[in-house]
Amino acid sequence: MTALHRRSLVELKSGLASGEFSSVELTETLLARIAGEGAGLNAFITVLADQALVAASAADDARAAGKAGVLNGLPIVHKDIFCMRDVRTTCGSRMLENFVAPYDATLVARLSAAGAVVLGKSNMDEFAMGSSNETSYFGPVRNPWDLERSPGGSSGGSAAAVAAGLVPAATGTDTGGSIRQPAALTNTVGLKPTYGRVSRYGMIAFASSLDQAGVITRSAADAALLLGVMAGFDERDSTSVDVPVPDYSDTLATPVKGLRIGIVRQHFDEGLESSCRSAVREALATLEAQGATLTEVDLPNLDYCVPTYYVVAPAECSSNLSRFDGVRFGYRAEDPRDLLDLYCRSRGEGFGAEVKRRIMTGTYVLSAGYYDAYYLQAQKVRQLIADDFARAFAEVDVIAGPTTPTPAFKLGDKTDDPITMYLNDIYTIGANLAGLPAMSLPCGMARQLPVGLHLVGPHWSEARLLQLAHQYQLQTDWHLATPEAYA
Amino acid sequence: MSRDWEVVIGLEIHTQLATRSKIFSGASTAYGAAPNTQACLVDLGYPGVLPVLNEQVVRMATCFGLAVHAEIARRSVFARKNYFYPDLPKGYQISQYELPIVGRGELFIEDDDGNEKRIGITRAHLEEDAGKSIHEGLDGYSGIDLNRAGTPLLEIVSEPDLRSAKEAVSYMRKIHSIVRYLEISDGNMQEGSFRCDANVSVRPRGQKELGTRAELKNLNSFRFVEKAINFEVERQIEILEDGGTVMQETLLYDSDKDETRPMRSKEEANDYRYFPDPDLLPVEIDDAYIEAVRASLPEMPDAKKLRFMKEYELKIEDAAILTASRALADYFESAALAGGGSAQAVANWVIGDLTGALNKEGLDIERSPVSAAQLAGLVQRIDDNTLSGKLAKEVFDGMWAGEGTADEIIAARGLRQISDSSAIEAVVDRVIQANPTQVAEFRAGKDKLIGFFVGQVMKETGGKANPGVVNKMLLDKLSG
Repeated sequence: MTALHRRSLVELKSGLASGEFSSVELTETLLARIAGEGAGLNAFITVLADQALVAASAADDARAAGKAGVLNGLPIVHKDIFCMRDVRTTCGSRMLENFVAPYDATLVARLSAAGAVVLGKSNMDEFAMGSSNETSYFGPVRNPWDLERSPGGSSGGSAAAVAAGLVPAATGTDTGGSIRQPAALTNTVGLKPTYGRVSRYGMIAFASSLDQAGVITRSAADAALLLGVMAGFDERDSTSVDVPVPDYSDTLATPVKGLRIGIVRQHFDEGLESSCRSAVREALATLEAQGATLTEVDLPNLDYCVPTYYVVAPAECSSNLSRFDGVRFGYRAEDPRDLLDLYCRSRGEGFGAEVKRRIMTGTYVLSAGYYDAYYLQAQKVRQLIADDFARAFAEVDVIAGPTTPTPAFKLGDKTDDPITMYLNDIYTIGANLAGLPAMSLPCGMARQLPVGLHLVGPHWSEARLLQLAHQYQLQTDWHLATPEAYA
Repeated sequence: MSRDWEVVIGLEIHTQLATRSKIFSGASTAYGAAPNTQACLVDLGYPGVLPVLNEQVVRMATCFGLAVHAEIARRSVFARKNYFYPDLPKGYQISQYELPIVGRGELFIEDDDGNEKRIGITRAHLEEDAGKSIHEGLDGYSGIDLNRAGTPLLEIVSEPDLRSAKEAVSYMRKIHSIVRYLEISDGNMQEGSFRCDANVSVRPRGQKELGTRAELKNLNSFRFVEKAINFEVERQIEILEDGGTVMQETLLYDSDKDETRPMRSKEEANDYRYFPDPDLLPVEIDDAYIEAVRASLPEMPDAKKLRFMKEYELKIEDAAILTASRALADYFESAALAGGGSAQAVANWVIGDLTGALNKEGLDIERSPVSAAQLAGLVQRIDDNTLSGKLAKEVFDGMWAGEGTADEIIAARGLRQISDSSAIEAVVDRVIQANPTQVAEFRAGKDKLIGFFVGQVMKETGGKANPGVVNKMLLDKLSG
């Protein structure tokens, strides 16, 4: 019998349904793990123990009354970027250290309405800007596979909590790889849906045209279950799209035979560590053995993804973060001399170095005289990148490759060199620029550290990605591998 | 003003659109609520909230564009104008920059010589208003009221086609009348629903290049627009004639001192870093939508003026006055259609006595105590000779005081005009007999004395005798 903390959402759902255990028992078990084994990971900014137990008890009552929702009594964690009514929502920043959100994000409301029990708010890079969780004002998260290493970022807390068995599933956000990269580095499943699939209302904006909410789980089937609840049009988010939400669990069992998988040559060149390369190649061979076909496709503008991203994302962030001015909410400097001093010190003291770096970069690229050369040019290249993907998807159903160039790196290794840090997202950023759904799933080990397989599909093809991932997980056990200390 | 200088003016008019809720949120736009009671999380720029476009503003902007024969953009884009100010909650204002919803258009005004003059409209774009900073009465602190934040504005930018303060006012009045006709703005200037910035420059007559302009901010009455521009023009000419140069700057008009002075600038050398707002989709409008809006447009002032001249045979000046506001035009037209009286007589009453009485009481036509039907009843009684002009004014006063219809007041006060010749003849004879000296003078050629005789008859009849009948009878008898 698998311990509760190691079971998937799907397994827990049936355990709750059969009465094997209650949601209160499950919640108590996981809260104990969060406070116990999990404490050293620093995966949480806020643990909502009392609130979770109340919600769990309500879920048990609802079940007894025959009113169990799709996720009734199932524990989850929200990345601390999602506003949750009456709960502190920090976005990993000193700026919002004491900010209590007065409303629920649409995603939070939908998951709660389905009966999910929120155990807490997970640690993250400040305002989701970072790939290692080291920019968090609340300290770095540690990777359960090696506490000296980073779990990735920015959704590092969510990934570490799921990997360490503190919670079966967590929400995340992905602007350039912030769900998929931590998933790859922690041996979890990370899904970033199509831009517009999940409402951004209540998710604190980093780069509005790239941000997308998604999930981190331990199986593709669990991701399918959660996505079905989260997805769908929201009248409060003009960029959410009114496309019908399929039952993602329905198509998981469909075999991959005949599915055309595209391989991008540049994904496998010298930038990729060789141990990762062999793990990914082996995963592709497994899929081929299942009847999928492998075809090489070309993404000619791939090299421009990272520079394009680091113009567009900072530009949007420089504007999105202007509202944090010390006037209405958030951190306010003590005894400002005048208005300018209030602005300068509140922002100077409230924001960390990486956030400031991006605000300055973004302000620069939008400035008169530089706008055309940077922002406008980046938008043109972004279109070219999207066109590349569209051409590729005329020939293949999915593009597969590595999620990251290396397995988890050591904390502190890249903090001195932002450019090296930025290159960690080299394979993932394209999907954000083109608004495509993408996921990372465990596909092997390199130097005893997890390696992620990256899948990208055409717009609205989440069901296909989940199906492919699920079929792979039926054949392999990589996703079941557990860090020893958290078994 | 010196003859050697030509004045060049362009106006940016900010008109508040009459939506019930804000441009990007569901909060109410009603004026006058307690501070910060009409600002929701979106207006406050809370973390995580997103704007959603109010469809009404698109319709209203389209209405305006069609009314000034402008191009309606099939695709327009909202952009962020970034700057820090305490009453700007998000740190950026959502506006339209490169792709506004309304493109080039035009309207016609009367220039200083009374000729029709075309004024080009460069563009009109949608944007949200900011909040309000309050610096007085707070013990040295500044207060922020965000009720106004997110109120929809249509900013209408003219070409620099205006050549005098008077033309500027006439253009502004025209725009005011258009937005009121379209019912897309209440045009209330006291509440700031209709205000303008003026770009003013002067150049030697004949010079092609424009002079350096100054921007006059936030002019919120027609009178201030005229005075501020005139002051500014004088100021600039004085500088230039003294051999100086005009600085490009932003000025505030102080209506108390009747002068312009540099603004304590919150936007010194500002780079607004405009870029398309990624939270909002481009606004896409198709032909069917435009045609549907066009079909819903009311008759516009110029068309109505021509129609009034044709259908009611009004003089051009009267038609222009009556069509300046839709409410006034509607009032006139329903009075003209209701009664059997002449339309020109109705027009005279509306423009004359009624407007005079309304102005005296500070009322607008919608709140006139005398209804159009009542006025029509009055004019009918003048036309059928029941009332003389003098009696009519008395009846009008009665209607104004709420005494009922013209017929009711005539009956109650016994004001019916005497047109019966035998009754009048007796009085006429009496008056002739009683004034032999004047009769002799009249017969000797002093024609003007007819007025004296008419006056005497009217006095004896208490003003009720039909003046036409009296006049004719007196002439007959005196010359006989």
